[in-house]
Amino acid sequence: MLYGYGHLLLKGFQLTVLVGVTSMALAIFLGLFGSWAKLSSSTYVRVAANLYTTVFRGVPELVLILLVYYGVPTLVQDLLSSFGRDIVLNFNPFLSGVCTIGVIYGAFTTEVFRGAYMAVDKGQIEAARSFGMNKALTFRRITLPQMWRFALPGLGNVWMVLIKATALVSVIQLPELMRNADIAAKATRKPFTFYFVASLIYLTITVVSMLIQHWAEIWANRGVRRA
Amino acid sequence: MLEIILNSLPRLLSGAWVTVQLTGLSVFFGLFLAVPLALMRVSKYKLLSYPVYCFNFYFRGTPLLVQIFLVYYGSGQFFLFLQDLGLWSLFREAYFCAIFTLTLNTAAYTAEILRGGIEAVPFGEIEAARACGMSKSLLYRRIILPKAFRIAWPAYTNEVIFLLQATSLVSIITVMDITGVAQVISAKNFAFYEIFLTASALYLVLVYGVLFIFRKAEKRITNHLRQPMMSE
Repeated sequence: MLYGYGHLLLKGFQLTVLVGVTSMALAIFLGLFGSWAKLSSSTYVRVAANLYTTVFRGVPELVLILLVYYGVPTLVQDLLSSFGRDIVLNFNPFLSGVCTIGVIYGAFTTEVFRGAYMAVDKGQIEAARSFGMNKALTFRRITLPQMWRFALPGLGNVWMVLIKATALVSVIQLPELMRNADIAAKATRKPFTFYFVASLIYLTITVVSMLIQHWAEIWANRGVRRA
Repeated sequence: MLEIILNSLPRLLSGAWVTVQLTGLSVFFGLFLAVPLALMRVSKYKLLSYPVYCFNFYFRGTPLLVQIFLVYYGSGQFFLFLQDLGLWSLFREAYFCAIFTLTLNTAAYTAEILRGGIEAVPFGEIEAARACGMSKSLLYRRIILPKAFRIAWPAYTNEVIFLLQATSLVSIITVMDITGVAQVISAKNFAFYEIFLTASALYLVLVYGVLFIFRKAEKRITNHLRQPMMSE
């Protein structure tokens, strides 16, 4: 199928999903942490969190991917050589791609979680505190389970943008869907065919994600009474 | 480190001018295209709305990088056909392909944003305009579209910011924007973090500059909607 390149695209698809899911997990972790920092009572922590979201939402993903993959190893080498140590450092494309995309979209999920946290009824937090729950327990038992419901639409949007952004990791030679479509297109000289098939695979991922998001929102809202 | 940044700054700034051009032209043409698309999208005739729905769905559901490659490299597969039409000299140019793809992409996003705005126009205003005897085209020109633009403005601001950042992808098809220049200089001088950090700073300036202008404009077009200040 596809001049014998079908399995290559399939492999690329698997890696694309893997990159997407791993960086989304990182983004959710950073988002929870970042929203905590944004709502912190310490000014330094708040300023740091604002700096994080401002910078990472303002610089294009491609520039950051190139900066991390090529720039950070050379920076470390230069720093170490000034201490008289010479090493050669190379980054793994998968790890640096996942880290970069995860950190960028962590800035977006930070805003999502911040909004979700503020949407949780304050009376419930007060009630939990008056029952003698400490802050961590209140967050784990009361706030976090309810935050998901408010955060799901925003997280879904971030995921849709994120999975499309994983195509950029192809520029650092990670053999995901876009890179493999590129290889197949150049080998067969059928660029339109292969890029179009790749685009349809991305479209399928989008459609499936939309369905999952729809069900997840129904599931998360199962306890809410509606007019 | 400072020396190499200062030496490459003129070339990076010329790249910034290309980035601004790409953004400006695609925002302009994209908006030009998005208005009729949005009007077709809200039409009650399936024959008009369905093709636009598909167009928007495709361009919003696939990565921009795939779209750029599809136009720039994919057009080669239709070389003879495009040559017969006399369009090959256009599709051979990376700069044209870049603007063409960015325009289609932003048109799809903008059309959906505008659709949201059009559907959010309060029905009472439309009813009032009809009662005044406005024809359909006058109704759209004077009531619905101006209101829809005001409603859609914050979302449109985001779209322009995303487009500005997305222009960095055209460096992959050899257009010399900020990212393209940065890649060439950094590879030649083996100065990756210095140059890419400078490039990031340039993007930050552009992004927050555009954001500032759009926020100012937002204040201007929604001036009459805000409560007057209690001064006396």
